[in-house]
Amino acid sequence: MARTLEKTQVMEGSRAIAASVQRCRPQVIAAYPITPQTHIVEHLAQAVANGELKAEYVKVESEHSAMSAVLGAEATGVRAYTASSSQGVLLMHEVLYNVAALRLPVVMTVANRAISQPINIWNDHQDAMSARDTGFIQIFAEDNQEACDLQYQAYKIAEHKDVLLPVMVCVDGYVLTHSYEPVSLLDQDLADQFLPPYEPSWALDVDRPVTYGVMLGPGEYLEHKYVLQQAQKRALGVIEDVAREFGTLTGRTHGGLVEEYRLDDADVALVGLGSLVSALREAADQLREQGIKAGVLKIRTFRPFPAEKIAAALGGVKRVVVIDKGYSLGSGGILGMEITAALAAAGVPALVDRFVGGLGGRPIPASTVVRAVVAPELPRSQDGFLDLKPEYLGEGD
Amino acid sequence: MKFYPGVPAMPGTSLDNHTGNWRTQKPVFDHAKCTACELCEQYCPEPCILVADDGKFDVDLDYCKGCGICAEVCPFDAIKMVLELK
Amino acid sequence: MLIQVRIHGRGGQGVVTAAELLAIAVHEQGLFPQAFPEFGSERMGSPVRSYVRISDQPVRIRTPVEEPDIVIVQDPTLIWAEKVTAGLKPGGLVLVNTELASAELGIDGDLRVVTVPATKIALETMNRPIPNTALLGAFGGITGLVSMSAIKGACEHRFAGELAGLNIACAQRAYDFVSALARN
Repeated sequence: MARTLEKTQVMEGSRAIAASVQRCRPQVIAAYPITPQTHIVEHLAQAVANGELKAEYVKVESEHSAMSAVLGAEATGVRAYTASSSQGVLLMHEVLYNVAALRLPVVMTVANRAISQPINIWNDHQDAMSARDTGFIQIFAEDNQEACDLQYQAYKIAEHKDVLLPVMVCVDGYVLTHSYEPVSLLDQDLADQFLPPYEPSWALDVDRPVTYGVMLGPGEYLEHKYVLQQAQKRALGVIEDVAREFGTLTGRTHGGLVEEYRLDDADVALVGLGSLVSALREAADQLREQGIKAGVLKIRTFRPFPAEKIAAALGGVKRVVVIDKGYSLGSGGILGMEITAALAAAGVPALVDRFVGGLGGRPIPASTVVRAVVAPELPRSQDGFLDLKPEYLGEGD
Repeated sequence: MKFYPGVPAMPGTSLDNHTGNWRTQKPVFDHAKCTACELCEQYCPEPCILVADDGKFDVDLDYCKGCGICAEVCPFDAIKMVLELK
Repeated sequence: MLIQVRIHGRGGQGVVTAAELLAIAVHEQGLFPQAFPEFGSERMGSPVRSYVRISDQPVRIRTPVEEPDIVIVQDPTLIWAEKVTAGLKPGGLVLVNTELASAELGIDGDLRVVTVPATKIALETMNRPIPNTALLGAFGGITGLVSMSAIKGACEHRFAGELAGLNIACAQRAYDFVSALARN
């Protein structure tokens, strides 16, 4: 995480992400604006209108159409891009499955936001979590530099011949998209070197006719899903290779599947996704000052889920504290469930505390994380919900 | 305050949202010029023009956003917008 | 080192631009900035905030600034509309854009209150009532966290052509104004 200010500039997250996408040279962009994704696609639309980016910007009437348009574009063999948030991602839902199962390496940035009702425009991970079974690869950014660097890596991973799956780059809405911090953008030459033009194996072409999207019956459908699962598993290695290659080229690494922080001698591991990881790092430092040996495991790649990596990283700790910003009602925190399952399968004996916080944009300060570690009894008794306000609970006043 | 299931908004709860702090200028009435024509009351988007017991017009500063529409529509120049520095 | 700043303004006055400008100046100074607005829907005229953190390392706290070291007030009417000094650390700085003297504002407590007529400076210098760069100049002059040369760099980065020069002139006047205050 050592960073220098060399060659960086202060930019709004959305603008920096748009500039990075532009350097990936997408040929078709289709998006419908939704808070907090809006600034990203505004900047891209402007770049196309100004002639700075040679691409077709398709204005659509909904997110369902946006994802359908990039599906069609990608099927003709061009690099396509879209971005969305919250209800937009939900409206795309059926098309997400189609894009993945058609093996179209679309890249989508999700400015993560809570889901209605009650309507709420602020950050949590429910939108991305609701798409976790679609076949998309999902990678979460901790800060704006990583959000930028992930755009290039996403195309490289998606278009890899062993993968050919769409990638969702998850960026915390507002917290990252609307924050200004120093970022370094790749020079176009370097971007082109890392990410050469897309060469599709198949493309819709009237001179070489193929059909995309056949029907498969009970005799074949199951195998099709197995093949997709194998592609997801192969992506585990490709994501690490691509992160390593990017690191060699730029000197910037953010982890591949996971990233460890002060975990070597840790008794307690703090686990989370996205910008929350920065708060976890802060909390781990504070806990160590109190004499509690804490470390952090950042889950960078959520799909494919790096279960073996996680079990290996957490093999030596006594306690794992997972903080989720996404929730499966009727069950529990989604990352927490997967961590629990991964550790159980590997025979790791650590106690797992599964907490949920930050829903609908509630900030999670380091102090909340510290409290979850040193005084877990109250949230444990409240289904893992952190910082519940009793004045709102119960059935009316 | 506890939530009812589904969190329905009850009638009149917007009264809790004191929009008066949006204001930088407040309307001041010149009661000698005011003819009680009620035009300001009808145009006020809030609506926060009050009629006191003595029949004089005034404004509810808890909600007045300082938009100045009342002063604009007053045909008798009886309302002035004044910068508010308490 | 971590200095936390909270900027109070009204929707439409440019609190986000103010935070961005300060962040760019901090960056020009060779320090790590972070700036962000109060997230959500902004309504013209309503009280709004933005936040800036200044550090010698990358900033990893991302929650709104609850306990600022410094508060900047873009519009003096806000002093009576909300508690701009909430959470301010003892001995903390309140920088207010107003032609009034600090004693006239009625801000109590163990705080350092400095006033600068930023809107007046902006009107006289560039004929626009936009106080951001004058406030930035005053901020630099009082705190020493950003030099005049860093502020100049920020203005050149953020504004094109003639506007850059006019904004630098605004910042310089405010910088000189607070420097003179300090000497007296």
